[in-house]
Amino acid sequence: MSNVPAELKYTAEHEWVREGTPVTIGITENAAEALGELVFIELPSVGDRITAGTVCGEVESTKSVSEIYAPVTGTVAEVNQAVVDEPQLVNDEPYEGGWLIRVDVDDATGLLSAEEYSALLDA
Amino acid sequence: MTTTTDDAVELGEEQPRRSPLHEEHVALGATLTPFAGWQMPLRYTSDLTEHHAVRSAAGLFDLSHMGEIRVAGPGAGHALDRALVGNLSALAVGRARYTMLCAPDGGVLDDLVVYRTGPEGYLVVANASNVETVLTELQERCSGVEVTDESATTALVAVQGPAAAGILGRLVSEDGRSGVSGLRYYACTAALVAGVEAVVARTGYTGEDGFELYVSPEDAPTLWRALLETGAEDGLVPAGLACRDSLRLEAGMPLYGNELDTTTTPHDAGMGRVVRLDKVDEDGEPLDFVGRGPLEARAGSQPARVLVGLQGLGRRAARHGYAVLVPDGPVVGEVTSGAPSPTLGYPIAMAYVTPEVSGEGTELAVEVRGRPEPARVVPLPFYRRP
Repeated sequence: MSNVPAELKYTAEHEWVREGTPVTIGITENAAEALGELVFIELPSVGDRITAGTVCGEVESTKSVSEIYAPVTGTVAEVNQAVVDEPQLVNDEPYEGGWLIRVDVDDATGLLSAEEYSALLDA
Repeated sequence: MTTTTDDAVELGEEQPRRSPLHEEHVALGATLTPFAGWQMPLRYTSDLTEHHAVRSAAGLFDLSHMGEIRVAGPGAGHALDRALVGNLSALAVGRARYTMLCAPDGGVLDDLVVYRTGPEGYLVVANASNVETVLTELQERCSGVEVTDESATTALVAVQGPAAAGILGRLVSEDGRSGVSGLRYYACTAALVAGVEAVVARTGYTGEDGFELYVSPEDAPTLWRALLETGAEDGLVPAGLACRDSLRLEAGMPLYGNELDTTTTPHDAGMGRVVRLDKVDEDGEPLDFVGRGPLEARAGSQPARVLVGLQGLGRRAARHGYAVLVPDGPVVGEVTSGAPSPTLGYPIAMAYVTPEVSGEGTELAVEVRGRPEPARVVPLPFYRRP
């Protein structure tokens, strides 16, 4: 059973959001485990506008590739260069050093609670 | 996220079959995946770690999902000559050959490794997804000889990598040791390994030196544990199907369902050499095998498409099914397999393209999820062991 921290918000597409100014965004441990060890991550640039529910990046393992959907609408404030340089950080610490981007939020509605996301994984 | 995975075959409906090594995989914490009706290890720890271990030391694979079909009796060799594209009657006892089963129109029904285990005995190893087809076709085509599906009573374990020979050597009984250590590539012998009766073959699907061991399901856990234990000091790790796929891709080896299918001839896949138009029957007359006419025509004609290697010049990897283009131009082909190569550090792919763009060095592009990525035609294999 993978780790779903209670203090985070989630999407059904397996992204997580840590509230704050700006918010921090990553992919869940469940998603990272399903993909396998990541070898390439493509992220938006600082200043890019992202829109909730649309593709804003890609994560790729040897076996699979996944598109990252923006969980919120806003402007990219910071990009985690460490995961771009060393993608497996996402596998090692998906909720800590493996965060992907920070976003100045215009709209962050429609996110799931930890309970709701866990229920989705169990379904 | 939406994930696309480059799996060859997934049959989800029926209850998946379990390998005789299932309990071992669970104990090792493997991530299991449905594969051709089986539940098999995808990875134990990390795809990359397992991939690199096979290239630098050794990996231990459970391949018990593969199909084993025994063809035996007087005339078995010539019966296989008629059923398959290869010349199996000419195969020496104790040797193996890569060959194919083709449809009457020349399309590939499966690619196979055939071992000659005795003067009148052959072991045909088929892909898990095609066992039923191969069995049915062989029973139909090899009348008069015994064709038996031994898949359920055969476990298959592979030790692959530069350390494989040393590891295996320590487990082979004294009297079998010289037979195993001197075993040539694509040869096989019976031996006692960790006290277990095995057919040991120097074959594999990784591009490394290595062995495949056919044993009874009851003996498989004993052999598996012995190999893990003795191999640990050499860096051997259990290795899953994920790295098996990236290893075979680097080695330029075709995968049925990707590079090969019923619409593909062996020639299309660059494997025309396995089609033996020169084979003869018991009386020395040219032998008519299934698919001969269309394959003979195909051998002498200009191909419509050619299987090539592509080196990705960007970072985003081409994947199965993606379109290949002339840069800013029309579609000229389709990717059959692709991944970021763990050994080489850049994306690699195999693709069918039209002959005019198949020359080494040709600059092409692959449509990767809405954006073209540059790629160059390179010779296969991508990786050759040092």
